[in-house]
Amino acid sequence: MSAHEIEIILSRQLADCLTVPVFIVDPEGTLIFYNEPAEKILGKRFQDTGEMRVGDWGNAFSAHDEKGNAIPAADLPLVQTINSHEPAHKTFWITNMEGKSFKISVTSIPIIGRSKEFSGALAIFWDNVSSYES
Amino acid sequence: MKVKLHGTRGAYPTSSKETRKLGGNTPCIEIIGENERLILDAGTGILNIAFDKYNNSDRIDILLTHLHMDHIQGLGFFKPLFDPNKEIHIWGPGGSSYTLKDRLNRFLSPPLFPVMLRDIPSKLIIHELPNKPFKLGKFLITSKFVCHPGPTVGYRIEVGSKSVTYIPDHEPILSNPHLFKEDNWISGFDLCNNTDLLVHDSQYSPEEYEDKVGWGHCSMEIAAELSARANAKRLVMFHHDPAQTDKDRSNIFKKFMSTHTYDFPIELAVQGHEIEV
Repeated sequence: MSAHEIEIILSRQLADCLTVPVFIVDPEGTLIFYNEPAEKILGKRFQDTGEMRVGDWGNAFSAHDEKGNAIPAADLPLVQTINSHEPAHKTFWITNMEGKSFKISVTSIPIIGRSKEFSGALAIFWDNVSSYES
Repeated sequence: MKVKLHGTRGAYPTSSKETRKLGGNTPCIEIIGENERLILDAGTGILNIAFDKYNNSDRIDILLTHLHMDHIQGLGFFKPLFDPNKEIHIWGPGGSSYTLKDRLNRFLSPPLFPVMLRDIPSKLIIHELPNKPFKLGKFLITSKFVCHPGPTVGYRIEVGSKSVTYIPDHEPILSNPHLFKEDNWISGFDLCNNTDLLVHDSQYSPEEYEDKVGWGHCSMEIAAELSARANAKRLVMFHHDPAQTDKDRSNIFKKFMSTHTYDFPIELAVQGHEIEV
């Protein structure tokens, strides 16, 4: 397996230093890293799951609107960024693998390094703690 | 392949007798394959190259890792630059808002340099590195961006089954005593993988690194860890701190070697040394 591009490696180093949940995907949408705060949202540890294909992590969130209507994976900001190579943002609800619901805001950005090629995307999840439901 | 170390010192050249053994010239190495040569970086070490040896070609290829001053400060002064019969190809990283030529022009123009780039007598051709391996004569060249401030690459040079990897300025992991445990998350790993010779940054001791996180250099410990993880056959520790005497460097190296065990040779880079690969 080839090493990741330097901008992806540096994104992980940044994510490692942050206390907000961060997810990093490759150009195909495979979730290649999520940091410790993100483990609480996903309900799983990165060291246990390793990489996750887009179909797996997209369903793991159970994204829905305030009325409980499911949000298709294609409408999630990170998936939009993978498809468009443009930033995306959305506020919605998720239910994680432990059955807990959160209202979150997600901002995703494309990662385009010095080679000028799209090498993946990074998403920051802003967890609205005041609307936490169990 | 033969590798000649013409400049091993980082940051700025030194000329004191206390730095004479490891050398005071800034980074430049020459890779020789039979009658062909490549020059990697153009620190003051480039001034020591015997350009009429090994081949009589009028073409000279210089591969720059990046444009920090210690890697280009010999560029304006090496003799072939002023020989109208010479064709000089300079290769370096793109990835900036400015072209490589524009960035080089900032140095090779007044007030930093008396001659304009366009007035240099030799035929100068400047290439931004492609994003894929390419050949120059018998050399197969792979460059990859690595972790160091500004657009910076490392090189892997292959001739037949032999390879040399050159990453003179590199901070493979920031503020962490060890590399990530997954190989594909290590900056420069592909360049180093199973290489016969790795010439790598190792400017700091672990204690010095603590105060210089993000400056783009690494400790001997990290250089050796990268070398071991990538199964490099031999490690040459490069980019000596010019503020340290040869004795300082030797003491740091001895301390490192007395506390670590690796199954491949490790040595400090010495200006003037030739290494057969």
